[in-house]
Amino acid sequence: MATIKIPPVLRPAVGGEKEVGATGTNVGEVLRGLVTAHPATESQLFSGEGELNRYVNVYLNDEDVRVLDGLDTAVGEQDTLVILPAMAGGR
Amino acid sequence: MSPSSAELLRRVKSKIEEVDPSEVKELIDEGVTIVDVRGSEEFATGHLPGAKSVPRGHLETRIESAAPDRSAELILYCASGNRSAYAARTLQEDLGYERVRSMTGGITLWKDRGYEVEIPRTLSAEQRDRYSRHLLIPEIDVAGQLKLLDAKVLLLGAGGLGSPTALYLAAAGVGTLGIVDNDTVDLSNLQRQVIHDTQRLGVPKVDSAEQSIKALNPDVNVVKYPVRLDASNIMEILDGWDVVVDGVDNFPTRYLLNDATVRLQIPVVSAAILGFEGQLSVFKPYDGPCYRCLFPEPPPAELAPSCGANGVLGVLPGTMGLLQATEVVKLVLGIGEPAIGRLLLYDALAATLGEVKVRRDPHCPICSRHPEEITSEEMGVFPDYEAFCAAAG
Repeated sequence: MATIKIPPVLRPAVGGEKEVGATGTNVGEVLRGLVTAHPATESQLFSGEGELNRYVNVYLNDEDVRVLDGLDTAVGEQDTLVILPAMAGGR
Repeated sequence: MSPSSAELLRRVKSKIEEVDPSEVKELIDEGVTIVDVRGSEEFATGHLPGAKSVPRGHLETRIESAAPDRSAELILYCASGNRSAYAARTLQEDLGYERVRSMTGGITLWKDRGYEVEIPRTLSAEQRDRYSRHLLIPEIDVAGQLKLLDAKVLLLGAGGLGSPTALYLAAAGVGTLGIVDNDTVDLSNLQRQVIHDTQRLGVPKVDSAEQSIKALNPDVNVVKYPVRLDASNIMEILDGWDVVVDGVDNFPTRYLLNDATVRLQIPVVSAAILGFEGQLSVFKPYDGPCYRCLFPEPPPAELAPSCGANGVLGVLPGTMGLLQATEVVKLVLGIGEPAIGRLLLYDALAATLGEVKVRRDPHCPICSRHPEEITSEEMGVFPDYEAFCAAAG
């Protein structure tokens, strides 16, 4: 099972967890698996058309999936997906 | 019977090769290594053009960095040609330098002949003491410290991130620090904003920060901007700075800053903090990605906690601010591997520092174009973000 790292802003939607496991053979399936298990994440990850929101970066290990095959990027059992929305906050 | 000092000198000179200043003058143009073995204070008063300083007292330990090749031609000099004769013998007999010569008459004769003397910009005795731990690091030394003293670094905000960054950059001797902040010191700031203090509640942060900086290091020139950075003033404020340190707390300003710095080609050391976590990256225009390459769009209000007040572990901006200060120093000195094209992810609770790659977006609306093509009208622009934030409260 691949591991998904959850950013602080999404943790309330997954019961406060920093990491969750999700099944799937590609990035799209893994994220859909996350949405199925935690429906509150859906609107934050996906647009109404089912595309990944542009303000959410997803990395397979350390590489942005946008430079791989996007949601079709293959995910292995040992892989980690990092979900990363932009952060500000310097005060 | 032990020889007199005059006799010793005569014997030493008989064992080494000497060279006349007129020949040295020719050799300088050919790129031969010239080493000044006088004390550093003497070196600072003027030396042969391009000469390296290796005081005789440090000869054995430092000569290799000045003259790594023992078979290459090497010329030593001092004030009158005596200390360099002893040094030449040491290099020849003890360290195996094969082609070392001592310049006859030293720099005194050199000057008498009317040859060029280079007077180095250098540090005062007090600066040598203050920055002595920097001077001991070969990657910094006097030349690096002078770069720091010449550097102009603009800090956006004297808050959580800006406080430690400003203090350490001031301590490091960054010569000019600009601070943009229109806020005043509040009691709730003091859990993390260590440049301010309890006596200065209500004081403008730029003034409070200046006071702390000057107390720490009077060498630093502080330029204060008690304003909020916006589209009307950003180009004017950013102009002329070598590095910008971004610690701003909202997305509209981050995008505006990105677009302006790409246009002006100024590197930005950017960090963000929330809760127990921090992010850091260096955006160096056209050498790496820009902020829009990383985050093409700002998140909506519910995913953008900067729209409201949020908690932060007090020490976290300290950690992230000092990572920023470190990147600034590296950029100024041109050393190491700055975090260009990488986003560092610090998790204080887990005590981990991870990173992800940041790629330049070939379709980036800003940095895929030439800087002169970026107009004032499009800087910081994206759909209705400020209205969105305002509506969300």
